[in-house]
Amino acid sequence: MNNKYLIISNDLIAKDTYKLIFKGDIQKNILPGQFINIKIEDGYKFLLRRPISICDHNGNYITIIYKILGEGTEVLSKMKAGETIDILLPLGNGFTIMTGPNKQLLVGGGVGIPPLYLLASKMIEQRIDFKVILGFNTFEDIFLVEEFKALGVEVFVSTMDNSFGIKGNVMDVIKQLNIDYDYYYSCGPAKMLNNLVRTKILGQLSFEERMGCGFGACMGCTYKTKTSSKRICKEGPVLESSEVLVDE
Amino acid sequence: MNRLSVKLPNLDLDNPIIPASGTFGFGYEFSEYYDINILGSFSFKGTTLEKRFGNKTPRIAETYAGMLNSIGLQNPGVHDVLNVELVKLKEVFSKKVIANIGGSTFEDYIEAVTIISQSDIVGAIELNISCPNVNAGGMVFGTNKDIAFKLTKAVKRHTHLPVYVKLSPNVTNIVEIAKEVERAGADAISMINTLVGMRIDLKTGKPILANNYGGLSGPAIKSVALKMVHQVYQAVNIPIIGMGGIMNANDVLEMMYAGATAVQIGTANLIDPLACKNIIEELPSVLDKYGIKNIREIIGRAHL
Repeated sequence: MNNKYLIISNDLIAKDTYKLIFKGDIQKNILPGQFINIKIEDGYKFLLRRPISICDHNGNYITIIYKILGEGTEVLSKMKAGETIDILLPLGNGFTIMTGPNKQLLVGGGVGIPPLYLLASKMIEQRIDFKVILGFNTFEDIFLVEEFKALGVEVFVSTMDNSFGIKGNVMDVIKQLNIDYDYYYSCGPAKMLNNLVRTKILGQLSFEERMGCGFGACMGCTYKTKTSSKRICKEGPVLESSEVLVDE
Repeated sequence: MNRLSVKLPNLDLDNPIIPASGTFGFGYEFSEYYDINILGSFSFKGTTLEKRFGNKTPRIAETYAGMLNSIGLQNPGVHDVLNVELVKLKEVFSKKVIANIGGSTFEDYIEAVTIISQSDIVGAIELNISCPNVNAGGMVFGTNKDIAFKLTKAVKRHTHLPVYVKLSPNVTNIVEIAKEVERAGADAISMINTLVGMRIDLKTGKPILANNYGGLSGPAIKSVALKMVHQVYQAVNIPIIGMGGIMNANDVLEMMYAGATAVQIGTANLIDPLACKNIIEELPSVLDKYGIKNIREIIGRAHL
């Protein structure tokens, strides 16, 4: 098992937000919603890997988008093209594309948006009709909007501080524009995911949790569903809305 | 004879490498990555009589050269372990395993040990009296020498298997507790469980772990583990399974020099699923480097 991958580029694309493309011998099938687990540097200072969702995949190339949230991602942001990184991939279950519903919606919030891009590309390949709602805190946080539009889909953008697009969060967009949908796929802050579950419309949601290993060994990221315990890294990160426990 | 083989009570190990409880699940998931039959043995996920969800998340945090966990003994309960997990394990593992058993009361421990002792692939019990993440039982049993003595003695009466007692480093005198569990009939000692620590999120001002405190493991604790193994080796006659921050073959040697007969590898598995395989493959060349013919001759070398 060779976990070494070559960095092709690592560029700032929004406030504290970087797009990293790497290359390697990627034999396994990659599903939208799966993630990778990165060892930040050799040595033991940053002992644990950092799980980051896959934004795009093409042959031997994978793109991730990440935000500097601590010392580890800060070091990652300084890595340059030509350097190698140690990555485990692909991890987690990923989204299952539904062909039945015909008014589907992709709902992303902040750094939860990247995995929805690969999902959108795959849905277009399957000629599925859908709309996209992307929520950010403020104008300078915005990324990927043009890339989604380039896929030829309808994209609605909101900012919490009204600096761009519709004012408010993604739920405000759905309400204000009276968007009619019968299925959704989502990734973003837990509060946003729980609000979507409360609508009772069926969908799939990608959750985040602090992980130890990322491949099911440590039981660090366990999530309690209506019927069982699931490891976000293994039986997740994507859960069905019908199994998510939320306060009504 | 195999230069890496070592002996523990009821377990003849092809090599001294044993994945530590809580970092290797019930083993079969690692067989996606390599043939786990190369291991000496492994200690499965801490099991209790009843099924447990564990503590609230977040239950993982990182610190320099270490990690904190506050899992809280999440496990499917001893019946499911016996009838489901060990059945799955048996399909991919042909050696004996070590059953790590936790509990909240004497009765819990005894019943769980009695049940797991029925399994034909369990070669030894590892009595977990050192889990820092549960309110009742766990570490409470391991930080009081009288309770540790009584529990070990009680459990010994209910199993035909050897009992290895896993000790907590969160005590004023680990030697005293080691001597007491030996006197109670323990067949081996495994040490050390995690040290207790915490991290605080600077943005929220709150502890990162939902449980506030968690068990520190990883390279950060290696020197503490070495010192404790070194001390206990001088005080007891039963074998010691050493653990705490072992990341590579050099660390294995160091722990065995301190007095360990075998070692457990924990945190390293979480960073690299191939960690144990790499260590096993690395061992012969490290032995060569230090002119060691077979690994048994280095146990306790630091005391010579």
